[in-house]
Amino acid sequence: MIPAAFDYLRARSAEEAVAALREHGDDAKLLAGGMSLLPLMKLRLATPAILVDLGRVREFSYVRDAGEHLAVGALTRHRDLETNELLADQCAALRAVAAEVGDSKVRHRGTIGGSVAHGDPASDLPALLLALDATFVVRGPGGERTVPVREFFHGFLETALEPDELLTEIQVPKLPGAGFSYQKFQRRAQDWAIVGATAVRNGGTRVALVNMGGTPLRATGVEESLAQGASPAEAAQRAAEGTEPPGDLNATPDYREHLGRVLVRRALEAASA
Amino acid sequence: MRIEATVNGKPHQHDVEPRLLLVQYVREVVGLTGTKIGCDTSSCGACTVLVDGESVKSCTMLAVQADGSEITTVEGLAAGDEFHPVQAAFHEHHALQCGFCTAGMLMATVSLLDEIPNPTERDIRLGLEGNLCRCTGYHNIVEAVLAAAESRR
Repeated sequence: MIPAAFDYLRARSAEEAVAALREHGDDAKLLAGGMSLLPLMKLRLATPAILVDLGRVREFSYVRDAGEHLAVGALTRHRDLETNELLADQCAALRAVAAEVGDSKVRHRGTIGGSVAHGDPASDLPALLLALDATFVVRGPGGERTVPVREFFHGFLETALEPDELLTEIQVPKLPGAGFSYQKFQRRAQDWAIVGATAVRNGGTRVALVNMGGTPLRATGVEESLAQGASPAEAAQRAAEGTEPPGDLNATPDYREHLGRVLVRRALEAASA
Repeated sequence: MRIEATVNGKPHQHDVEPRLLLVQYVREVVGLTGTKIGCDTSSCGACTVLVDGESVKSCTMLAVQADGSEITTVEGLAAGDEFHPVQAAFHEHHALQCGFCTAGMLMATVSLLDEIPNPTERDIRLGLEGNLCRCTGYHNIVEAVLAAAESRR
């Protein structure tokens, strides 16, 4: 399968990328690792007229201690997250979930920012970032702004990013020693999650769901029950509240709701262990 | 667009369309057909090559993204008539049946052993996720990777 023809522009900096987006608007698409975009282009579900390649913009590949939080460059590859020592100490959940994305070949190319900006509710990292209450730094023609993760995901493949904006950084809290678990249910090892559940325990417990609606979702009913003293098994019964799981070849909505309850229970038990 | 890449140690320069996939570049432009196109959807790993020493699925990368890179394909593993240690281990342990996945398995294994020189069986099974063998010959493939790691010690 061959993508439809497009013009290719290699950005050397964030400024060049933003300028290209500003000039070409909706006709342009940013290319990071390409692990989500190129398959869509090969299927011709995406046919951008201009591809702006960020692959050489190395300034956004980093994991830094920024004092209050950790700062992760949007172009940091999954491979670099899963082997990062600072994350091992300060945010082991991010390191562990990065290692669950696709397979090792995909993780050599794919980036955290690409995964977030793609806005696919079946992706692993966005739900974790929701549970971590991450903040996104976005650059556009008018400068920089920050977007809390709760306001970032608008719908299936839709985010708060404007057509001329570039995601540059993901900020996550320092959580040394926090309990966490990511439970991913899939048919083959490297597949997308049919449903996934992530729990992060640091004093309170935050729970988020993969592929249970048009966006990654917080399981607020579960969190509320836990705060009121419910056991993991009791709280997990509320996992499907407020979700709208899709039906497809892999699972009916009912079955996804069942999976949500089972995986949330397992995640809560593992995060407490 | 003009790209320059080193393929198996040899420098190449070509004018390519931006939409040319790396796997097509390797097979049709450079003429090295050892790399296979299997699923063409980044699921099966038959097209795995090394870009700057790391395994990637060349059906899901553009040739223009590899501009300036060092690309290694299965043809670049052996030193003359001498098998690469990973090839020798696959040969010795009969780690192939039909052979269609083999080029990709070899390249994925070279990258895996570079990252984890002394892998456990679990490391190997996780590391070869995304490289599918439709003959289901995984048992001998894992044996071969263990042996290759041993032989490099």
